[in-house]
Amino acid sequence: MIDRDGMSGRARDHIDWPLFIVAALIAVLGVVNLYSATSVYFGTTRSGLSEIYINQVYWVLIGGTAGALVAAVDYRHIERFGYVIYTAGVFSLIVVFILGRDTRGAARWINIGSFGFQPSEFMKLCLVIALAKYLHDDPRNEPRTLRDLAIPAVLAAVPALLVARQPDLGTAVVMMLIFLSILAITRIRRASVLGGVTFIAVAITVASQYVLPYQLARIKAFLNPETDIAGTGFHAFHARVAIGGGGLLGQGYMKGMENQFHFLPDQFSDFPFPVFAEEWGFVGSMVLLSLYAFLVIWSIRIASLARDRFGAVTAVGCGAMLFWHALFNLGMASGVLPVVGITLPLFSYGGSSVTTVLLAIALLMNVSMRRYSGFSRLGR
Amino acid sequence: MSQLVQRADVGEFRKRFGWLTLVALLSFLVLAARLFQLQLLHADDYRAIARENIVRKITLATTRGIIRDRNGKVLAASRPAYNVYAAPAKVTVVDPVTKKPRMAPIWSKVVDYAEVGEGEAKRLEERLLGLREAGGTREKQQILLKEDLSRDVVATLETHARELPGIEVIPVSVRYYPFKSIGSHVLGYMREVDSDMLAKVRRAGYVEGDRIGASGIERAWESYLRGTRGWEKVLVDARGVRRKNREDLVDEPRRADAIPGRDLRLTIDADVQQAMEQAMRGELAGGAVLIDIKTGGILGIVSKPAYDPNELSGGAGKGVVREAFRRLFNDPLKPAVDKTVAGVYPPGSTFKPFTALAALEKGLVDPRHQIVCRGFLRFGRRIFRCTHSHGATDLHKAIAESCNVYFYNLVSESGVTMDMIAEMGMRYGFGQKTGLGINAEASGRMPTRAWMTLRNRGQFQIGFTVNAAIGQGATTVSVLQLGLAYTALANGGTLYQPQIVHAVETSDGAVVQEFAPRVRRRTKLDPAFHKLVHSALVGGVNEAGGTSYRARIAGVDMAGKTGSAQVSHRRSSEADLEKTWYFNRDHAWFAGYSPTDKPEVVVVVLVEHGGAGGKHASPIAFEIVRAYQELRDKAKQPAGGTAKATP
Repeated sequence: MIDRDGMSGRARDHIDWPLFIVAALIAVLGVVNLYSATSVYFGTTRSGLSEIYINQVYWVLIGGTAGALVAAVDYRHIERFGYVIYTAGVFSLIVVFILGRDTRGAARWINIGSFGFQPSEFMKLCLVIALAKYLHDDPRNEPRTLRDLAIPAVLAAVPALLVARQPDLGTAVVMMLIFLSILAITRIRRASVLGGVTFIAVAITVASQYVLPYQLARIKAFLNPETDIAGTGFHAFHARVAIGGGGLLGQGYMKGMENQFHFLPDQFSDFPFPVFAEEWGFVGSMVLLSLYAFLVIWSIRIASLARDRFGAVTAVGCGAMLFWHALFNLGMASGVLPVVGITLPLFSYGGSSVTTVLLAIALLMNVSMRRYSGFSRLGR
Repeated sequence: MSQLVQRADVGEFRKRFGWLTLVALLSFLVLAARLFQLQLLHADDYRAIARENIVRKITLATTRGIIRDRNGKVLAASRPAYNVYAAPAKVTVVDPVTKKPRMAPIWSKVVDYAEVGEGEAKRLEERLLGLREAGGTREKQQILLKEDLSRDVVATLETHARELPGIEVIPVSVRYYPFKSIGSHVLGYMREVDSDMLAKVRRAGYVEGDRIGASGIERAWESYLRGTRGWEKVLVDARGVRRKNREDLVDEPRRADAIPGRDLRLTIDADVQQAMEQAMRGELAGGAVLIDIKTGGILGIVSKPAYDPNELSGGAGKGVVREAFRRLFNDPLKPAVDKTVAGVYPPGSTFKPFTALAALEKGLVDPRHQIVCRGFLRFGRRIFRCTHSHGATDLHKAIAESCNVYFYNLVSESGVTMDMIAEMGMRYGFGQKTGLGINAEASGRMPTRAWMTLRNRGQFQIGFTVNAAIGQGATTVSVLQLGLAYTALANGGTLYQPQIVHAVETSDGAVVQEFAPRVRRRTKLDPAFHKLVHSALVGGVNEAGGTSYRARIAGVDMAGKTGSAQVSHRRSSEADLEKTWYFNRDHAWFAGYSPTDKPEVVVVVLVEHGGAGGKHASPIAFEIVRAYQELRDKAKQPAGGTAKATP
C-alpha cells in the first residue's frame, strides 16, 4: 500500500541494525541517566521533576513510533513534499511569534492542550529536507558560485533568523551549521568559498552587536572561567567539577556528589552529561562518546551509499544535526565551548528534542534501507 | 536516462565524505582528550572541590554554667530564646526599572508576624536596603530582626513559615538572672563581644555574636562558666539544605562534642542576700557585706544602686541594652561601681579599735586610765572636735561611745605615731586588696608618715596622725576590707582571704573543685587586747551610752562600732542645692559581729552620705543580722532548710 512497486519487502530486509541498535542504546542510557539526574528533586518543592523520566519514556515511544512510520514511507514521497514541509515549519515558527510572545521572556513554545512543542526543533529537519530537495533538483557538474548558493542560504537564513529572535541563539547557530555542513559536501568555486567565509565573518561580527547581555555574560564566563564561579560561571564550573570528579570508573549510579547535592543546575536539559560522566567515569564517557561518534560517522556512510542526491544530503544533514548537538553540548559541559542551550541528543529531557532526534534517525534509516532499491539498482 | 544522471550526480558529493568523517572523528577525539584531562589527570582535584563544597563544619553550641547560691538556688542560668534573622537578599527586591532595591512584599508580613515595632522596622529597612545595594556577600549575611521572641510570635512565624521563605527563627541561649537586681554587682552581666574585644579574645575561640562575661563572677569565672564549643561536619547541598543520606562522604574525624561550662556554687545565701537588699531599701547608695567569721566566706554582699543584669545581658533586645547602659553610666550615684570593693571611703570611727590596738600593743596606754573629754581638743592653733563632751573617759568608753578626744590624746600624750597606726591597720588588711578577684578592686589607703610627708611637700604635721587615729584624713577603706578586718577582730586575729565561689561543679552536680578557706595572715595579737576591744564593741551596742544602743533590736546579740565619715566638701557651685546638700553629708558606717559570745557573722553597712552611723547604718545592720538569724534557725528545723533549697 505504501510502496506501490512492491519494494516494501526488500526495504524491510535491509533494516540498518547497527544504526537502530546504537540509537536504541543511547535512548536507553538517556532515560536511565535522566532518572538519576532528576531523582534529586524527589521530596523537594520541585518533586514533579523527579517523575519526568516517565514522560521521557513516552516521548521515546511516541518518537519511535513516528520514526517507524517515517522510515516505512519511501523518502521519495518526503522529497516530493519537501517545500511543503519546509513552509509548514516556517509557518509554525511565525505562529510561535504571534502566540507565544509572553512565556518566560523567550517565546519558543506552542501549547497544544497540556503539552507544548517547540517548532524550532522540528524546523531543523524541515530545513534539511528543503536543502536536500533543492540540491536534489539542482545537479551540477561544474563548481557552484555564490549566486548558486543564494537560494539555499535564504532557505537556511529565514528559520535561523526567526529562531534567533525568539531568542534561541543555540538552535539558530545549529541551523546555520547544518546548512554549512551540507554545503561542505557540494563542490564550490574557491573564490566563492573565500567570499562566503568573509561574509560569515562579517555577519558574525555584526550579529554579536545584537547578542543579549546574558549571552554575552556566558561567553565572557567561558573565556575567564574562574572569575565568577558563584554567578554566571556557576553552570560551567560545576559541570566541569562533576565530570572531573567522575574519575576513571565514576562514583556509581545515583551517587554523583555534584548532582546529588544540587550543584548541577539544568541537569535534565542542558547538563545531563556531567551527571553521566560523574557516575560512570572516563570509561562510561568514552562509551557514550563512541556511540555518538558512531552515529555521526555511520550517517556519513549512509550518505555515501545513498541511492540519490536527496538521500545523500538528507543523511548528511541529519548526521550534521546529531554531530553539532553532541559536539556543542559535550563541549560546553567539559568547558571547551561556551555555555549555549543546545541539547544532548536523547539525553536531554524534552518531547520536541527527543522526537526530532528520533525522526532524524528514522530519516537516516529510510535512506539506508533504500540504498539498493528503486533507481539506484538501475545505476549499477 | 534521468535516473543515470541522478546517480552520477551523487559523485559531486563523493569526494567529501572522507573529509567529513575525518573532521567528525577529530572533533570527538578533542572531546575525548578533554575528558581524559578532566577525569584522569585532575580527578582528585575535582573530587576535592566537590567535597569541599558539601562538607561544612558547623559549631555545636555549648551551655554556660549555672551559678547557684550555697543552698543550690539558681542565681544565674541560661534560658532558651528565639531570634529571627533574614538575609537582605530575601526581604528586598531590586526594582527592574530603577535598579534600586526596595522592600519585598514579604517584609510587611515579617514585620507583622514578628511584631517588630514601627521605629525599629524603619531602622531595619534602612540597614537591609543598604546591604542589598552593597551586594555580594553583604546581601547574603543573616541580619538579626528581633531578639527574644515570645512564644506566640514563634508559633505565628512557624505557622506561616511557607509564606516566609528565607526568614529564619534560630534558638539562642540568653543569660537569665531570676533574682533580677539582687546581687547584681557580684554576679555581673553578659555582653556581646564587640570588634575591639574580639581582636583580643578570638584566639580563645570567640566569634562574632558571642556573649562574654562583662563584670562580676560572670567575667572573673568566664573560663569556667563558658564551656567549649563542639563541631560536627555535616553535608549541605547547594540550596543550603542539610543532607543526611550520604554520611559516607564525610571524612574522619566527624564530630567533637561540646563540653558544657562548669557550674559554680557560691558562698552567698540568696535569702540572706535578699534580706540585706531589703534592709537597705531605704537608702540611695551604699554597700553592705555579711561574712562568715570562721571561713571568710561571703554570705551576702550588696552594692547600691543596683541594676538588672537581665536588661544588660541582651535577650530583651538591643534597644533595652542600650537604654540600660545609658542609665547605668549617667546616674550620679554610680550604679556601675561595685561599692563593696571598688569604692573606698574614710572609715571614720569604725577604725578606732585598730588605733586602740596599736596603742595597747606598744604598751603606750593603760586601758583603765581616764582622760577628760570636754568636747574638743585644742592642738596648736587647730581645734579638733568631739561628738559631744564625754567627761571622764577610759578606753572602753572611748570606743563604746566613740570619743574622739580620747584618741587625740593617744596621739598627743601617749605618743601613738602615724606609722604605728598604719602598721596595725595593714596587719588587718587595710591598704591592700582583699583578693576577692571578682570586680576591679581598690586597695584603699593606709597612710604612713613617709607617705603623708611626700604628699605635703615635705611637711609632716602631727594633725595628720590625729586625724588618722579616728579614721579620717587620708585613710580610706572599702566595705569588704572593713568587714574582713572585723572578722579578724571577732575570731581572734585570723585575716581571711574573702571567698565567694565555694565550689566548681559539673553540670550534673559532681564537685570538680572545692575551695577551702584561705588565711591571709594571723595578726598575732595578745588575746587580752582583743578581749578589751571586744568588750568595748559589745558596750557600743549594749550600754546606755553606746553609739548603737538606740538602734538595737531585741533578740539580736551584737557587738559593733559606728562611724560617720566626713567627706571632703564639694564646692557648692552646683546649681542644685538639694544635690549639694546630699553630697556633703557624712557617710554612715556600722561594722560589727554577732552573736557576742561565739561570733558567727560580721556585718558591715555603709550608707553613702547617710549622716550619722548610729542613726542610719546601725538599724540596717541589726535588720540584716536578725534576718540572718531567722533564716539560720529555719534551716536548722528539719522541715525547711537545705533540703528544700534545691528548687
